[in-house]
Amino acid sequence: MTDHSSDIDSLSGKSTTGHEWDGIKELNTPLPRWWVITFYLTILWSIGYWIVYPAWPLISSNTIGVFGYSSRADVAVELANLEKIRGDKMAALGTASLADIEKDPALLALARAKGKTVFGDNCAPCHGTGATGSKGYPNLNDDEWLWGGSLDQIMQTIQFGVRSGHAKSHEGQMLAFGKDGVLKPDEIVTVANYVRSLSGLSTRNGYDAAKGEKIFAENCAACHGDAGKGNPELGAPNLTDKIWLYGSDEASLVETISQGRAGVMPAWEGRLDPATIKAMAVYVHSLGGGK
Amino acid sequence: MNKTVNPNELKPADDTGPLYAARKKVYPQSVSGTFRRIKWTLMAICLGVYYFLPFVRWNRGLGAPSQAVLIDLPNSRFYFFFIELWPQEVYYFTGLLIVAAVALFLMNSVGGRIWCGYLCPQTVWTDLFYAVERLVEGDRRERMKKDKSSDPLKLERISEIVLKHSIWLMIAWWTGGAWVLYFTDAPTLVKELVTFQAPMIAYIWIGILTATTYVLAGFMREQVCTYMCPWPRIQAALTDEWALNVTYRYDRGEKRTSVKKAAELRALGQQVGDCVDCYQCVAVCPTGIDIRNGPQLECIQCGLCIDACDNVMAKIGRPKRLIGYDNDINIHRRQEGKAPIYRIVRPRTIVYSAIIVAIGGFMTYTLATRSLLDVNVLHDRNPIAVKLSDGSIRNAYTVRLLNKSGYDRVIAIDANGPANATIHVIGVDSVTPDRPMIVIPRDSTSELRLLVTAPAENNPEKSIPVRFLVTDIGLGEVASATDNFVSP
Repeated sequence: MTDHSSDIDSLSGKSTTGHEWDGIKELNTPLPRWWVITFYLTILWSIGYWIVYPAWPLISSNTIGVFGYSSRADVAVELANLEKIRGDKMAALGTASLADIEKDPALLALARAKGKTVFGDNCAPCHGTGATGSKGYPNLNDDEWLWGGSLDQIMQTIQFGVRSGHAKSHEGQMLAFGKDGVLKPDEIVTVANYVRSLSGLSTRNGYDAAKGEKIFAENCAACHGDAGKGNPELGAPNLTDKIWLYGSDEASLVETISQGRAGVMPAWEGRLDPATIKAMAVYVHSLGGGK
Repeated sequence: MNKTVNPNELKPADDTGPLYAARKKVYPQSVSGTFRRIKWTLMAICLGVYYFLPFVRWNRGLGAPSQAVLIDLPNSRFYFFFIELWPQEVYYFTGLLIVAAVALFLMNSVGGRIWCGYLCPQTVWTDLFYAVERLVEGDRRERMKKDKSSDPLKLERISEIVLKHSIWLMIAWWTGGAWVLYFTDAPTLVKELVTFQAPMIAYIWIGILTATTYVLAGFMREQVCTYMCPWPRIQAALTDEWALNVTYRYDRGEKRTSVKKAAELRALGQQVGDCVDCYQCVAVCPTGIDIRNGPQLECIQCGLCIDACDNVMAKIGRPKRLIGYDNDINIHRRQEGKAPIYRIVRPRTIVYSAIIVAIGGFMTYTLATRSLLDVNVLHDRNPIAVKLSDGSIRNAYTVRLLNKSGYDRVIAIDANGPANATIHVIGVDSVTPDRPMIVIPRDSTSELRLLVTAPAENNPEKSIPVRFLVTDIGLGEVASATDNFVSP
C-alpha cells in the first residue's frame, strides 16, 4: 500500500495517491465514512443472503438456503390460489346447462372469456384466431354447420371430434368417387357442374343437366339429400348455399369428388375439463353462427 | 514551481455552516378582537363540516348508499348529495379544481392571502393546536419561560407536557378518523372501529393522518407555509398594487417610540409616529415576523396583528388600524393628503369572476343535462364481416350499455343504416325478435354481443354507417352510438 500521508500536494495541501502521469499526481480523496460503512454492511448482508436463499451453484444443483425458497414453488402457490378464486365460478359453469349459461349475462361473460382463451390455445391453429377458418377448416362465425350448430351439437363435436378415432367421434366422409373408380372422369365433371347449378353458380357450356341430376341421385343423394340440402347426421354439407369448405369452382369440385374429403378434428374430451369444453361450446355458439 | 500561490487563499469561502437556518420557535400570544372572532368562527365552521359531514344522511332509495358525501372506491362511485358521478365523469373534478384555483386568485386580488390566514387546513389545525398549548401551558411568556428553564423536570411540568400531547394526539386521531369516514358508510365504520373489526386499511389511514396532523400542526407549523407551500410564491407573483394586504400604515409617521418620549419629542417639534414600538404585533404573530417590515413571504395575513395593535391604540387613545388591510397606493395618497381609494372592481377581479361564473355555469349546465343512459359500440375486428349461407352479410359488435339512474330500465335496441337489416343479441330471446328488449339493472353497465345481418344485394357498399339507438321503453330516453357495417 502506498503511504498516502508521505506525499503531500503542496498546492492543495492534500495527500496524493502516489500515482503520477506526466508529472500530474492524483489527489487522495477518500470516500465518506458513511459510504464505506454502507458498503461493508452490504457485504455482510450478502452473506446472510447466501445462507437463507438459494445461492451457490453445485455440480448438479445449488445450495437451497435455510428459508427453502424457490420461485417455482411461488408460481405453483399463485396458480393454486388463482384456481381457488376461479373455483366457484368454474363450478357454476360445470353445473349450469348450456342454454342457461348463454342466458345468464355473468356466466355468458365468463364462458366467453374462458372460451376465447382456450380457443386461442387449442383451436386457432386450424380455425384461425377469429375462428374464420380456411380451406378445409370451417368458419365458425357463419351459419353453415357440417355437424349441426345448436349448443349441444357444437359441444358434442368439440368433445368427441370428427374422424378423431374417439369411440363417439363423428364419422362419415366424402367418398373418393374417381379414385375408387365409381365414376368416370367425364361423369365427375358433369356432376360437378350439376352441383354448381344447385346454388345458382354458372355451368359449363353444353353440359348435360339431366345426366348430372341422374348421377347425383344415384351417388350423392344418399348423404347430401335429393335436393342437395345436406345432412348434419352424416356431416354432409348443404350444397345449395353460398358457403364452400373446399371451394366452389369446377376444378375444386372435381378434386373433391375424385379424391374424397375426410378432414379431421381431434376429440377434446380428456384434454380439456368438462367445464372448459362447455365454455368453448358457448363461446363458439356466441360467435354468431349458432342456431 | 508553485511559490506564488498560498493554498489557503484558494479555498472557497467558509462552507462549514448549516445549509438551513435553524428554526426559531414561535410563541404566539393570545389576542382578542374582530379578526380573532372571525378566525374562531371560521375554524368552528370548517372543522364542524369536516368532522360531521360523513354522518349526514341522504336517501337514494333502497340498495344505494344513504351517505350524503361518499367516495365509494370499490364500486367506483362518488356521491355528493343529489349528484352521483362515475369514474368517466372525473372531468367534473377538473372543472371544480379550475374554479377553486381561480377563486383563490380572486380572493388574492381582493384581500391578499385570505385562504392562508383563515381557511387553509394548515392554519386551522395549527391555530387549534396553539389554543390547546395555551390552555395547558399558559400564554406566551409562561411558555417561553418553561421552555428556557434548565431546572430538572417536576411532576407538574411533566404532566403538562403529557396532557398537551395527549390532547393533540386525540385531535389528530379524530382528524384521521373523520377522513376514512368519507370512504365508507360512516356509522357502520364507527361501530367497526370501536369494536376493532374495521378493515386494516382504515386503521392504517387513520394512523397516517394522525401522524401528519400531529407533526404538521404540532411541530412544523409556520415552516409548512414558509418552506413547503408553493402558494406564497405564486401569490406574490399574482398580486397587484390594488390588492388589500395586511399592512403597517407607515404614513402614520415614524419614528416609533413610547408615549412619554413621543410627547417630549413632539414638544421639541420633532417627527414622531403613532407606533409605540410595543412589539404586540410581533408577539401575537403565528409566524413570528414583524409586520412593520412590510409585506413578507412568511406573512399568512391572519389579521391577528391588527387586533393586537387596535387593542394598544385604543388604550393609548390613538386611532385604530395602524395595521390594517390596505395597500401602498393609499399610504402614498394619505401622505400626499389625498383620500384613500379602494378598487375592488377592476379588470383583474372582473376577469377572475367571469371565469368562475363561466366554468361554474358550464359545469352546472352539463351536470343538469347529462344523460343517465349511454351506449358504446365496438365493432368486431376478427372477423370484420361474415358471409352467411344465404349470401347475406353479418357484422358483430360489442355493445356496452350504461344505466346511471337509480332504477332498472327496459331498453330496446335499433340499428339504422344497412337496408333490410335484422339484429340479434346473443343470449336474449326477446318477445320482439327484430327489436331486442333488454333489462339493464340500475347503476350498472351491461355488455352485450350484438349481431347485425343484412342481405348483400341490398347493401352493395363496402362500408355503411350504422347508428345504434338505445331507447328506454318507459321513459322514452334515447342514447345512440355510431359505427360501420362492413361487407367482406
